[in-house]
Amino acid sequence: MDHFEVFGVPRRLGIDAAELQRKFYELSRRGHPDFHQGAPPERQAEILAASARLNAAYRALRDPIGRIEYLVRLEEGRDTREGATVKPKAPPELLEEMFEIQESLQEAQSSSQPGGLEAGARATLAAHRERLLARHQEEEHRLRGPLSEAWDSGGAAERADVITAFKEALAARAYLRTVIDDIDEALGEVREGHVSHRRH
Amino acid sequence: MSRIVGIDLGTTNSLVAYVDEKTGVPRVIPDRDGQALLPSVVSFVSEGVLVGAVAKRQLVRRPESTVYSVKRLMGRGYEDVKEELCYLPFKVLPCEGIVKILIGSREVTPPEVSAIVLKSLKERAEAHFGESIEKAVITVPAYFNDSQRQATKDAGRIAGLDVVRIVNEPTAASLAYGLQRIREGVVAVYDLGGGTFDISILRVQDGVFEVLATNGNTHLGGDDFDRAIVMWLLDDIREKHGVYLGRDLEAMQELRLAAEAAKIRLSAEERTVLTIPFDAFTYHREITRGELERLLERLVDSTLLPCRMALADAGLASADIDEVVLVGGSTRVPLVRRRVQELFGKTPHSQLNPDEVVALGAAVQAHILAGGITNMLLLDVTPLSLGIETLGGIVSVLIPRNTTIPTNARELFTTSVDGQRIVDMHVVQGEREVAKDCRSLARFELSGIDPMPAGMPKIEVVFLIDANGILQVTATELRTGKAAAIEVKPTYGLSEADVGRMVEESFTYAEADVEARLLIEARNEADTVITHVERALGQGRQLVGADERETIVTALETLRRARATDDRVLIRETTTGLNRATEHLAELMMDAALKGALASRRADEIMEK
Repeated sequence: MDHFEVFGVPRRLGIDAAELQRKFYELSRRGHPDFHQGAPPERQAEILAASARLNAAYRALRDPIGRIEYLVRLEEGRDTREGATVKPKAPPELLEEMFEIQESLQEAQSSSQPGGLEAGARATLAAHRERLLARHQEEEHRLRGPLSEAWDSGGAAERADVITAFKEALAARAYLRTVIDDIDEALGEVREGHVSHRRH
Repeated sequence: MSRIVGIDLGTTNSLVAYVDEKTGVPRVIPDRDGQALLPSVVSFVSEGVLVGAVAKRQLVRRPESTVYSVKRLMGRGYEDVKEELCYLPFKVLPCEGIVKILIGSREVTPPEVSAIVLKSLKERAEAHFGESIEKAVITVPAYFNDSQRQATKDAGRIAGLDVVRIVNEPTAASLAYGLQRIREGVVAVYDLGGGTFDISILRVQDGVFEVLATNGNTHLGGDDFDRAIVMWLLDDIREKHGVYLGRDLEAMQELRLAAEAAKIRLSAEERTVLTIPFDAFTYHREITRGELERLLERLVDSTLLPCRMALADAGLASADIDEVVLVGGSTRVPLVRRRVQELFGKTPHSQLNPDEVVALGAAVQAHILAGGITNMLLLDVTPLSLGIETLGGIVSVLIPRNTTIPTNARELFTTSVDGQRIVDMHVVQGEREVAKDCRSLARFELSGIDPMPAGMPKIEVVFLIDANGILQVTATELRTGKAAAIEVKPTYGLSEADVGRMVEESFTYAEADVEARLLIEARNEADTVITHVERALGQGRQLVGADERETIVTALETLRRARATDDRVLIRETTTGLNRATEHLAELMMDAALKGALASRRADEIMEK
């Protein structure tokens, strides 16, 4: 049973968050182990497994981007686990800028100054960061908006292309996130939740 | 279904509660003296063990055999705790991943000590209901990892309890609040107890309590506040009296208890005076709330980062929080309240007694499990990411932190050498990218794989975190469909065999009977009075005449002889006799001390001007 089937919804990306939550609560009320403590051990094991499946499905589907990552895995028959779907890949038009950034980052690493950077270099990196962040958001909007809609309305033939587009956008997004995190580290602005960006 | 009680197994105090079936209201069960709180202190004496308030009174007398704050050692390895061991008067030794406490020639593990506390609560509940109690819900800090949860479960088993659920303290508290006045919205529960700190962010809607994110520090609480005060007092004593008391176990316990009491008083008062009589001198010190706050500021502020991280993980800003709830005795400290209020921009709730609310919530969860409540449901999360070590020591996350539990993850494993029959895996918990920086949970060995060329076997391993937040692992060889044998070597924890043995041995830690306890108490009291009188004779002998001195010395000798007997009535009587003989001297000394304290205060005031 895949995550869409757990919720009894078609394999579509346009999911109403409030409706999904309502269904999640309803299904939890029906199948949570808390309400089946008196059941025989075998039945309890089934209930536990079903409850774990429901929670995993909710987690995968509630976030619009996570939903796409899951869909790509599902379509490609890689329904193993959560986590990275695609290898990060630099968007081709940004390669030159990336080269510059990597150089500044290396400089920062080898410098002994606290924070590792002079004011000028910091400003340049910060400007890069802003551009990359804008680009990162752009990829997310594209994934959630036009690409998700294309998936939902497309036929089998278009859908294959959409999957390819999803993968490219996800790879670019993952790459941008990594570089932004690296810049944050170099700027000494490691923020809370930093780890979570890398991980999820 | 048989009755299930709710237990808050705290660092400082523990409680047991239940839901009244007629009224549906959760209630704490008091002891025979009407006390709800059972101090989580266990003292090992020749007559057996003492638990609770009686054990707490042994802290100064028998520092080496009286164990407190054992929760900080639960499920921990020696490396985790070695830095704070110098503050503990009892001996803690490394032992195969976990730690053991050495009491004389006896060794006990932290779960065994906790089991003694649990057993006492179990008996309290049994006396209350007049029936045997076998099932309990026990609370743990939300940020407890797998080993700490497992250790708590083990403690329950050793105490003869079937732990039907381990529930997180802040979420338990939210259930207790929710039952009283269900309000929809997003709630932040800030729980600062004796030894642990948790922050949980929940969404409460239609009777569902969904935890969105949790964070915390399992080594931060009132104990650390007390320690900061004690360190400061040690410096002050060294300055004023020229002695360093840091290595004197009894003096350190006196200081710790005095610091704790002063901290508590300063929650209501602006200033307070500490008076601690030592052998050579009596120490006086006035502390203001401002001074206390300067000592605690760094510690209190260190709770704010976990709060911000939990908010970030929940995808919320502090303005999105509708209500803030305070839990745990340490939230009585005004500085804590101020900081929480500043962070969330809201006046926090504390209508329910912060010491009792977790136990009440545990009782509610117990009632849900027993089928007594069907319109409330708690959906909790796992606080730490679960992963496996891959090539190069990098962690591959299988279940990210703040995933709703129960949850599972599947992973395929194969062999790297032809004919390989065993595959190892190392499971870790934590947020770091390198396995050695994370918490090692266990090493698993998948065995009985049919010999095949490398890469051919497909072993599917399912990692399941149950509703207790505890990991279960199963493996199947996909080609044959047969379950692979798994041998688990928990990095920190007791084996099944250990727990079984401890269940059998637990009767050796039976509570001393009433008669023995009364005798110990009488001797204790006598010891305290003897020490005080010896001190008084040393420091204030010039205050009374030779005759009066003679009377006191005679009464002192009489008590010394009585103390050596087993006659507790005689010990009590002679203790009262000595007390009476020294009343006058005590009065004179108190006057002198007051004058002294006033003089030093005046001097301080002059210095300030």
